[in-house]
Amino acid sequence: MTAGEPSVVIVGVGNEYRSDDGVGIAVARRLRALFPTGVTILGEGGEGTALIQAWQGATWVMLVDAVRSGAPPGTIHRLDARAASVPTGFFRYSTHAFSVAEAVELARSLDQLPPYLVVYGIEGENFAAGVELSPAVEQAAEAVVERLAEEVRAALIRR
Amino acid sequence: MKSRTIKVDYLARVEGEGALLVKIKGQQVTDVKLKIFEPPRFFEAFLRGRKFHEVPDITARICGICPIAYQMSACHAIEDAFGIKIAGPIRDLRRLIYCGEWIESHALHVYLLHAPDFLGYEDAIRMAKDHPDEVKRGLRLKKAGNEIVRLLGGREIHPINVRVGGFYKVPNKKEFSALTEELKWTRDAALATVGWVATFAFPDFDLDYEFVALRHPDEYPFNEGRIVSNKGLDIAVREYDQTFVEDHVSHSNALQSRLKERNSYFVGPQARYNLNFDKLSPMAQEAARSAGLGPVCRNPFQSIIVRSVEMVYACDEALRLIEQYEMPDKPAVNVELRVGTGYGCTEAPRGICYHRYRLDDRGVIVDAKIVPPTSQNLKTIEGDLWQFVQTHLLVQKDKLQWQCEQVVRNYDPCISCATHFLKLHIEPE
Repeated sequence: MTAGEPSVVIVGVGNEYRSDDGVGIAVARRLRALFPTGVTILGEGGEGTALIQAWQGATWVMLVDAVRSGAPPGTIHRLDARAASVPTGFFRYSTHAFSVAEAVELARSLDQLPPYLVVYGIEGENFAAGVELSPAVEQAAEAVVERLAEEVRAALIRR
Repeated sequence: MKSRTIKVDYLARVEGEGALLVKIKGQQVTDVKLKIFEPPRFFEAFLRGRKFHEVPDITARICGICPIAYQMSACHAIEDAFGIKIAGPIRDLRRLIYCGEWIESHALHVYLLHAPDFLGYEDAIRMAKDHPDEVKRGLRLKKAGNEIVRLLGGREIHPINVRVGGFYKVPNKKEFSALTEELKWTRDAALATVGWVATFAFPDFDLDYEFVALRHPDEYPFNEGRIVSNKGLDIAVREYDQTFVEDHVSHSNALQSRLKERNSYFVGPQARYNLNFDKLSPMAQEAARSAGLGPVCRNPFQSIIVRSVEMVYACDEALRLIEQYEMPDKPAVNVELRVGTGYGCTEAPRGICYHRYRLDDRGVIVDAKIVPPTSQNLKTIEGDLWQFVQTHLLVQKDKLQWQCEQVVRNYDPCISCATHFLKLHIEPE
């Protein structure tokens, strides 16, 4: 990222053709409508090394992805990735050998974590082929959009 | 008699969901199964009824790491049916975007999936703590490959700019300037990669493989050529179905390919290298020699060196293609529909990727067949496991399991959707 570009980056991760797995992308799209400038919002397929590149140089980074940890659908998990490691296997619907959790942990090993890195995980219900979010996940997506919007506003003020 | 079972429920550091089972009775390996339990996705079935122009974008979805391979094979097959031949700058751009895919795919495998095996780490995260400079180099290499795909494909994952007949939009020469500078660094980094992996220790291992790859009279193969082998095979792409057959085996959701006449075969970087060493650029040939490789490398553990040499070649070739590039008047040639069947085969990072489509008079797909490289290597991987375990029965069980996984990873299998969960069962009888 070159100087002058926004240092707030939101990355929605997932596969939008796998129902609830697309919730990260859906959240990123809605935030794009709220923050047309000043924030970089990316949708990524979940390939880990691309994630590291996506947040390179940014100060505030927020990742959103679907999770399946056994909690009720729509449960919102918020992890401060600077404070604790992200459990591998948590984001089990990431598509490739290098997932969100591994990308975060690799960046930690390389001392390349951004100063502020929050990971939102939304508990999914249906990961079958399709483009619709389950009702509980849809509701959670809205809630995460609001919470992230607040975090972004706070970050933009502090920037 | 003592029996042992080596069982890996979920193979780590491969693309996709697979498991491994080796049974040993006394001093004899009695069973080897590479289980592929990732659900089948029926791409061939749902391509039926779709228009020809949708095929490159649909098949790109088969793989997040090598979408270009599917787009290229699809385009070539449909163009074959329509009687279209692509030449000049559009053909060069296809080679260039393929260079990008090889660089990103090989960098991922060499640095993050395969190198930890040789350096004794469970994964790249742990390796990165002790070898940060190498891992950073690998990530930057991969990024350079992604940048080529992004520039020509519109985006790096599931690119959207490739079409039957060419591209939707092509860059002008100026758009390559930033990329050229980065690629010069990338080529040096690829050379350094060859030097690095050449220092690894490789077990002695060598079987009487039949290597199968494309061969083109003038160039190292990406998009075109005849399908050849070191055992006399030399066929046109359209003869593929008469030569190779796919079997369903009960332990795998992936079909297993074999040669009708001679059984298993070996595709991928090592097959390309062994059949096309003379077509590598001088710099890539020199890099191979400096790593101690001759024009033929039969040890699959050394595939990491061959992949690195191919990265050097892909960077070198990308720079050559960019230097001679002149923007074409049109981004694609005209497409006229024709009833018929078309055949395409191109060199994916992991080996030949074969597509066949039958089209009706409206350009609708009537029938489709897609053979990815990994399904062509499955029988060979099982053969390697069989032989490797048989000759390493005295190795301590943890180490043997590790080495079995390494035997699988030698082939960079792409099953898509991986997990990290390992278990070893030793079942005394």
